[in-house]
Amino acid sequence: MQKFDAFTGNLAVATAMKQINPDVCAAYPITPSTEIMMIFADFVSNGEVNTELVTVESEHSAMSACIGASLAGGRVMTATSSAGLAYMWELLSVASGLRCPIVMTCVNRALSAPLNIHCDHSDAMGARDTGWIQIFSENAQEAYDNVIQAIRIAEHKDVKLPVMVCVDGFIISHSYEKMQYMEDKEVRDFVGEFKPYKSLLNVEKPETFGAMVLPNYYMEFKRQVREGMERARQVILEVGEEFSQRFGRYYSNFENYMLDDADFVFVVMNSAAGTVKHVVKNLREKGIKAGVLKPRVFRPFPFKEIADTLKNSKIICVLDRAETFGAEGGPLYLEIKSALQTIESNPTVINRIFGLGQRDFLPYHVENVFKEMRNYLDSGNIKMFDYVNLRD
Amino acid sequence: MEGKLVLNFKELAERYEKEKEMFTRGHRLCAGCGAPIALRHMFMAAYPDNVVVSNATGCVEVSTTLYPYTSWRVPYIHTAFENAAATISGVEAMYKSLKRQGKINKDIKFIAVGGDGGTYDIGFQALSGAMERRHNILFVCYNNEAYMNTGIQRSSATPFGASTTTAPAGKKVPGKLQHRKDLTAIIAEHKPDYVAQASINNPRDFMTKVRKALDKNGPSFINVLAPCPRGWQHPSELTVEMAQIAVDACIWPLYEVDEGYHWKVNYIPKEKRPVKDWLEKQGRFKHLFSPKYEGLIEEIQKYVDREWEILLKKAEVFA
Repeated sequence: MQKFDAFTGNLAVATAMKQINPDVCAAYPITPSTEIMMIFADFVSNGEVNTELVTVESEHSAMSACIGASLAGGRVMTATSSAGLAYMWELLSVASGLRCPIVMTCVNRALSAPLNIHCDHSDAMGARDTGWIQIFSENAQEAYDNVIQAIRIAEHKDVKLPVMVCVDGFIISHSYEKMQYMEDKEVRDFVGEFKPYKSLLNVEKPETFGAMVLPNYYMEFKRQVREGMERARQVILEVGEEFSQRFGRYYSNFENYMLDDADFVFVVMNSAAGTVKHVVKNLREKGIKAGVLKPRVFRPFPFKEIADTLKNSKIICVLDRAETFGAEGGPLYLEIKSALQTIESNPTVINRIFGLGQRDFLPYHVENVFKEMRNYLDSGNIKMFDYVNLRD
Repeated sequence: MEGKLVLNFKELAERYEKEKEMFTRGHRLCAGCGAPIALRHMFMAAYPDNVVVSNATGCVEVSTTLYPYTSWRVPYIHTAFENAAATISGVEAMYKSLKRQGKINKDIKFIAVGGDGGTYDIGFQALSGAMERRHNILFVCYNNEAYMNTGIQRSSATPFGASTTTAPAGKKVPGKLQHRKDLTAIIAEHKPDYVAQASINNPRDFMTKVRKALDKNGPSFINVLAPCPRGWQHPSELTVEMAQIAVDACIWPLYEVDEGYHWKVNYIPKEKRPVKDWLEKQGRFKHLFSPKYEGLIEEIQKYVDREWEILLKKAEVFA
């Protein structure tokens, strides 16, 4: 039986964690994800979970402890943001390379300098190539649902990779919204028991984890991570399908919002997708064929399916909430451009960077970009790269 | 019985003739390396406990886990350089969690192993955190007084006047200009259950300390001196002797701090040897004997004397 209540994004994630009941959590406070572990610590103190909570002295140690705990044969979760994720960075590829099915919520926040505690995706994008599956969440509901599904995806025998669930800092983490949630038992049934593949605690059959591997074998290990990531494509769909059958909310690799006949397409992830959908809905009411493609899974990037969906559009604006200084455009833009190389049709793709450090991104900003796109169809002129809502 | 070796030396020797060692031969550490001596003694003392080891990046790690081979007959994990203590914290936390939930019932001890770089310097924060959180772990530092794995760079464990590749002795600079960090005392001030300084020249003392540490129900730390023929520039057959002179000259005193407060010096040499005896046998201190750097040996002697006096006082006052 599902119920409705008011949740912030952080409360939604902490609630999912309580219902999953991991064996170990190791975490270090950082805004805006701190609250997840504060709420979860209450669950620990009140005996509502079996979790051993390790309140480490840094994010570097948080991820180190998570890896040790994971290889000791149990379910492990954590959360972080921004500089915390950056500080963990060294261990991110250790977690994937050692095939630890850790589930971590990344409450997205900008990177310094200048110091900014507010939302953008530069933290998660800096970790995009570390072998972590990355799933993005538009709102508290999706954050809750994604964290629960992430357990199944990470621990699947064909995957065995860590999963990062991304949620926009403050915009979602600290805003209340109406959310549907399951009973504890329903969630525990869905995630199932943790089945260790190998364990450091298996003293009868000792194994060496994290060996030194020279050029003669190293590449094969990395190929195995890629293979796990490739198999995750199917697993993510299967888990999403089962989740929707049990709980009635459907999840795929990306959300297709009014895309089927769309000439004008916006590609955008996380909370800003809500704003863009609102504008697109208004455009549709005026008879303009606009649509939104909201990637949910950024790693493994569903390039084939996305290219197939976008092939008949005329102009695509990729909205990036992160910079890639020196590249042709933002990280999402580069993925979309690359995906479109796999098909013959070649829609125009422009890039707009928005919302860095949580700069306002409002419906009229989207409308202004749309005007540029419409003008392009008449004039053939448009800036390929630009910022949204930036001083001259 | 706390700190009592389960087997005596004769029994240990017999057993090790028949049974497998937990740290095997065939590793690629240098001839005369002090670290594997410490590790073999550590495992002898740990017998018959189940042990899981977390190892920092360093000489021991790269030389003992060269895929597809391993020298470890116990479960072993290496994740990075600065986090052996944090990694073992996670392993121990999972053990506690699974035990509380009734999913595991055997008894296991957890040991982190790191060199002085992975303990004194880059690993210091993780070690301090693990000690403060009071995990039931033993951290063993095999201290060879510099970053030997990356090619003999100075660390905060390197003694004053030693020539290293990042603080080389030259025409103007006599090697390292700072005395080493007193890490054993710093960890003792975290008040873990047990802290000790040991040396590979005295296996009975070291093994008793390992046993004592493992018999505690909380955090413990042992700093064991493990000379490095390459870095210290002494003949490889003199490794144990180098450790012996360091102890006899009170450069590396053997002592322990029990339950956070009880300081005890485990070995007081009948005749304290001059530091010169130790310095002159090592190439890294060769320049100190040139007229250009006259007076520095006396300075080192003064420093060692003062530190030894302070330690004896501590042991007297906080017995």
